[in-house]
Amino acid sequence: MSPEAMSADAVIDAVSAVFMVVGALMSLGAAIGLLRFPDLMSRMHAATKPQVLGLFLLLCAVGLQLRTWWVWPVLVVAWIFQLLTVPVSAHMVGRAGYRTKHLHPELLSTDELEAVVQQAAGKRGFTDDGEPHRD
Amino acid sequence: MMPLVLTITAVVLSLAAGGAIIRIARGPSLLDRVLAADVLLAILGAALCIDMAVNRHLNNLMLLVSISIIGFVGSVTVARFVADRRKQPNES
Repeated sequence: MSPEAMSADAVIDAVSAVFMVVGALMSLGAAIGLLRFPDLMSRMHAATKPQVLGLFLLLCAVGLQLRTWWVWPVLVVAWIFQLLTVPVSAHMVGRAGYRTKHLHPELLSTDELEAVVQQAAGKRGFTDDGEPHRD
Repeated sequence: MMPLVLTITAVVLSLAAGGAIIRIARGPSLLDRVLAADVLLAILGAALCIDMAVNRHLNNLMLLVSISIIGFVGSVTVARFVADRRKQPNES
């Protein structure tokens, strides 16, 4: 094996090692954010880091370590699947958290949902996801 | 270099999982616990990815996708049926 190929191998190893360590640090950042942030909305902000960017970095590390081309479409499919499901569940959790008032209103800079909720509740006696108002 | 990376990531992910478990235990609301369980699943997926990268195989890829399905279905279901049972608001 020529020295150039050896150095390229070492460079790929180093890049994937950096990706793995940074991707693991994303998880640690999410845990610290979960422990230290004051309410549900800010904890949701911290929780998305390992789900999207952390998974991206780690899948890149897997692809770099395997050193074949055919794994990249599989890894891209896995990452896109995560990209499609994470916003939906985050939207549902955020909406439920808003409805059950797990937030500090003084920490919000804008609240665009409040007017919609008030209008929908006043107009039809229903909440905007189609359920009767049970309060 | 790989054993060093494996040690570093094992320590970091263990600390992260401990933090997420503390948030699951402490609470205060059901949605916080769901969010922390989602993060715990993401940490588990990260550990599976690191295992695949260090040992150079792809056996865990289906497990990774099914973990993300489980997290999605679980958090959507709980968020759909969550109800407010607190006496006073904004105690989170």
